[in-house]
Amino acid sequence: MKAFTKITTKVMPLDRANVDTDAIIPKQFLKSIRRAGFGPYLFDEWRYQDMGEPEMDCTNRPLKTEFVLNNADYQGAEILLTRENFGCGSSREHAPWALEDYGFRAIIAPSFADIFYNNCFKNGILPIVLSAEQVDSLFKQVTAGYQLSIDLEQQSITPEKGEVLNFSIDETRKYRLYNGLDDIALTLLQSDAIKAYEVERQERAPWLFA
Amino acid sequence: MSAKTLYDKLWDDHVVLTEDDGTSLIYIDRQLIHEVTSPQAFEGLRLANRKPWRIDCNLAVADHNVPTTERSVGITDPVAKLQVETLDKNCAEFGITEFDMGDIRQGIVHVMGPEQGATLPGMTVVCGDSHTSTHGASGALAFGIGTSEVEHALATQCLTQKKSKNFLIKVNGSVGKGVTAKDIVLAIIGEIGTAGGTGYAIEFAGEAIAALSMEGRMTVCNMAIEAGARTGLIAVDDTTLDYYRGRPYAPKGDHWLIAERAWQKLHSDDEAVFDKTLELDASTIKPQVTWGTSPEMVVSIDDTVPNPLDEFDAVKQQSMQNALKYMGLTAEQPISSIQIDKVFIGSCTNSRIEDLRAAAAIVEGKQRAENVSLAMVVAGSGLVKQQAESEGLDKIFIAAGFEWREPGCSMCLAMNADKLEAGERCASTSNRNFEGRQGYGGRTHLVSPEMAAAAGIVGHFVDVREWN
Ligand code: SF4
Repeated sequence: MKAFTKITTKVMPLDRANVDTDAIIPKQFLKSIRRAGFGPYLFDEWRYQDMGEPEMDCTNRPLKTEFVLNNADYQGAEILLTRENFGCGSSREHAPWALEDYGFRAIIAPSFADIFYNNCFKNGILPIVLSAEQVDSLFKQVTAGYQLSIDLEQQSITPEKGEVLNFSIDETRKYRLYNGLDDIALTLLQSDAIKAYEVERQERAPWLFA
Repeated sequence: MSAKTLYDKLWDDHVVLTEDDGTSLIYIDRQLIHEVTSPQAFEGLRLANRKPWRIDCNLAVADHNVPTTERSVGITDPVAKLQVETLDKNCAEFGITEFDMGDIRQGIVHVMGPEQGATLPGMTVVCGDSHTSTHGASGALAFGIGTSEVEHALATQCLTQKKSKNFLIKVNGSVGKGVTAKDIVLAIIGEIGTAGGTGYAIEFAGEAIAALSMEGRMTVCNMAIEAGARTGLIAVDDTTLDYYRGRPYAPKGDHWLIAERAWQKLHSDDEAVFDKTLELDASTIKPQVTWGTSPEMVVSIDDTVPNPLDEFDAVKQQSMQNALKYMGLTAEQPISSIQIDKVFIGSCTNSRIEDLRAAAAIVEGKQRAENVSLAMVVAGSGLVKQQAESEGLDKIFIAAGFEWREPGCSMCLAMNADKLEAGERCASTSNRNFEGRQGYGGRTHLVSPEMAAAAGIVGHFVDVREWN
């Protein structure tokens, strides 16, 4: 997994609440058996006028110009700013895969859906929860060229001017993301504990080991 | 010993170890696998040269992409076909049991699991699918995971988790005629919103929940995720035990007796403390219909479409306006005036035998409305389909002009050929009315099987409480 330390980049303001994972990456793209290549289809139905199909070449598809991803001002942004309950609905990890493939490294919102939030950390994306007021004030500040710096170690967001915002994050998650560690390898270090648990559990619940 | 909630008990039972910040390693008893969220997980195992920790804990089935038309033809969409074949190949390579498309036990993963007794009370159950919450109906700790976690559970039989908070939703009293488990859960989501359960494990309790069959309980827990909760739970009682006794994967003989004794403790203690509680009066719940593009946008059948101008929160008002535009509805139009084009009875929310019986009872001896171009009934599994046919339900549906299809997810998410065309409106028993969910530009109204069946006959939404 890609490590996340510090970024300074433009911000893409997606002013919608309850953005679901069906909207982030529509179902037809879930037929892929690969993990990469979802970026061009991120927000497909909001982004293009026609209906997207897997493997489609997106370079000449007609755009919905009013959609923020198509706004020249925000191209190259690695931070997505959005509203409450981002990533609700389906558990599809294709959603963070698409966001990451497109180039987003951090998402700021007042709240995230649980499964999506969790999936972000498995893919080197930092989801940041701020208060609704803080998010609102960021929305008011974001204009063409507006940049933010995010520092995971300091747990801080620094605007070009104005005050620094701090965010909280679990220690375990922070450590793994900061160092880009492989979760499975870490868990396998605990193999003895898992085996001991199995022995003890088999005594309590023998039917699960029949 | 202090009093515990059902969720506390299940959690404590599965903790392998806990870090200082409260992050725990949780043991997984059962993983269900389907074709859409597993290929990259198996690929990950292969790349890292890893093997599944316990092969027998995994059970696979193809459901999302399978056609609901004649099975012998196979899958015509080459991309979908490759995905299903990849599942077959991966299961064969890693030695995991799979019910393939030709197997009578094949079906939607969340219908198949309980039906086989493969998901049992007291288990931790995971699947790369958010509606894994369904299995909590049996007092199991069940939740959806992403593909990285599918790989993690395969490789280690564990997941890294933080404990959720406890949320008790009590539905007191009893529901009236024509009001179903689906209406109960839609009413709850309407009350607490799609983020109302975020960060919580919701336990559903109260007389109205206890009175439900296992099928009804599964419908309720299935939609816990639509309220933002990864986990929905219902305590074990005689209904649960009666349901699981004799299922193919359920314990047998002495093991059953030991299990039964252990499972009887799977309820919240009287003194248990919840972080949040909500009480609802079941008798006030009416048949529900969603009008928007989020399950929380729901009203009763005798209501009207809400007016965004009555909403003070600017973000909410905007999303209501977006929803009305997408759905092609006008504010304050009566719900019963909404004409539909298609009917879908199926999905892991409402495709069990009881759902099909209820829908059949509504359409028996009647005819599909002229403006309804397609009404499809898709059983949740091959065994549900077989059971329904043995009761003659297929004949009732077909005589009423409804199509009787092969099991799978079908038009719940429209990954196969079953989908809405742009602008088409559907009365659907599924669980998500998101934009484009049932087909690009398609419009979904979530309802109970009875309500969907009745709408198919009349051509618009009607109150099933007045049906005869
Ligand atoms: S029926 Fe629908 S919600 Fe259920 S598992 Fe299939 S696609 Fe998901």
